Amino acid sequence: MKDRLIISGFGGQGVMLLGQFLAYAGMLDGRRVSWIPSYGPEMRGGTAYCSVTISDTSIASPVISRPDTLIVMNSPSLDRFLPAVRRYGIVVANSSMIEHIPELDRDIHLVSVPAQSIAEELKAPKASNMVMLGCYLGIRGGLSEKAVEAALQKAFVDAVKRPDLIPINRAAIERGRELALAGN
Amino acid sequence: MKKKQVLMKGNEAMAEGAIMAGCRYFFGYPITPQNEVPAHMAVSMPRAGGVFIQAESELAAINMVYGAAGAGARVMTSSSSPGISLKQEGISYLVGAELPCVIANIMRGGPGLGGIQPSQSDYYQAVKGGGHGDYRLIVLAPNSVQEMADLTMLAFDLADIYRNPVMILGDGNLGQMMEPVSFCKFRKRKLPPKDWATTGTAGRSRNIVKSLYLIPEQLEAHNRKLYRKFQTMKRCEVRFEEDIPEGCELLLTAFGTTARICRDVVDKLRQRGHKAGLFRPITLFPFPEERIKEVSSWVKAVMTVEMNMGQMVDDVRLAVEGRCPVHFYGRTGGVVPSVEEIVHEAGKILRGIKK
Repeated sequence: MKDRLIISGFGGQGVMLLGQFLAYAGMLDGRRVSWIPSYGPEMRGGTAYCSVTISDTSIASPVISRPDTLIVMNSPSLDRFLPAVRRYGIVVANSSMIEHIPELDRDIHLVSVPAQSIAEELKAPKASNMVMLGCYLGIRGGLSEKAVEAALQKAFVDAVKRPDLIPINRAAIERGRELALAGN
Repeated sequence: MKKKQVLMKGNEAMAEGAIMAGCRYFFGYPITPQNEVPAHMAVSMPRAGGVFIQAESELAAINMVYGAAGAGARVMTSSSSPGISLKQEGISYLVGAELPCVIANIMRGGPGLGGIQPSQSDYYQAVKGGGHGDYRLIVLAPNSVQEMADLTMLAFDLADIYRNPVMILGDGNLGQMMEPVSFCKFRKRKLPPKDWATTGTAGRSRNIVKSLYLIPEQLEAHNRKLYRKFQTMKRCEVRFEEDIPEGCELLLTAFGTTARICRDVVDKLRQRGHKAGLFRPITLFPFPEERIKEVSSWVKAVMTVEMNMGQMVDDVRLAVEGRCPVHFYGRTGGVVPSVEEIVHEAGKILRGIKK
């Protein structure tokens, strides 16, 4: 298994956290992982992205020019990265923030999820990234429940000391996964 | 049992490695993309019983390094390209006074203020001296978060052995990237006592730490002494990694991030039936010139890939001495070359060979 992901969205939508979450869970599952942020003048409202590789074999280049998976939270991200996605790749798009999702003429599996609306239904408007994560996990599988649970602990207990946020984020992941498994 | 792994940024792994190697003094001034180094030091250094100071400038920071190193401490500073340029005067003085220390340059694009994206355009500055005077630094080029930790730990020992500054030459990508890293316990080697340090004169005559020699013959003798150290480094400290197949048609040479990218390039070329190889210098000074010289007598061509307009390629050419063609491909200004574009360039060279 080797998945090269680009995760992109507005600053503040939690794309960096989503990428770190995946890398951390992958590491706990015994895989090789790497995570590279776009760094620089990004800020809330600007576009930010990160590149994550999860692989069973050693990772040569951690720099991703052609992703296998694209997770996009907003329109500019889709426009920017869609042309780079590999054949038979996966695109998970946040349809709450992307009005127009183009027809794809290539062999790419596109899943659109109204991640923001779902997060708001769950009374967790900031958890749209976790809905996207759940959706990705539903499609790709590959990460164990145990690792995902440990990553939740790491993200919300170790890092920000907010264990109260775990149930709602876990619910967001579950909703995303359900949608993906239901064939969306 | 598998060693415990931590997911960290390269900058953090470097800072943690330094503390584990016994570094207890860190003086720095913020600059992107190395800010996680002082951030980590600010939290962890006091816990380890050490001192972290955010200096008022790069000049202050490097001269604080001079002071601490002169007193025999394990000391480090880090910066990124423009900040390293500011530190050059101090680095020259450190070499002149034979003071051990570790300096990290997490390179970004230049010249001038340049940009903040990854680059390798300070290669010349790092390996050919950088400041004034006739000198060298040991320059280590990590290519992973693990090596950011491991080579930093090694750097402190090398600095003490040679009484010379050691530079960790990384780039913004290595600094910002997260990968799993495991820290092995730092094994203290037997190192020469720092009987030259200014630690108080109780029971001995005074030590003087200086780089000033007004009598030309004395300065020449000092220069020759330094030169002998640099020659010893060349004999004893060359480090590299290679994967060169028999009958190699194209040998890629690259360091740091670019070497990681070239690893994918080599695999891709091999899938297409080409005999491609990879040579990665880990020490940029001393440069692995002997090994490159050997292999250049039988590989068909060499291609050096860098994130600059062609710097290490000069050292490759000096080692190859015309025994085979040496090609160059680079992106610069903060642009990281893609696997695909390097494969494309390599293809052009290979087609030339196969005609």
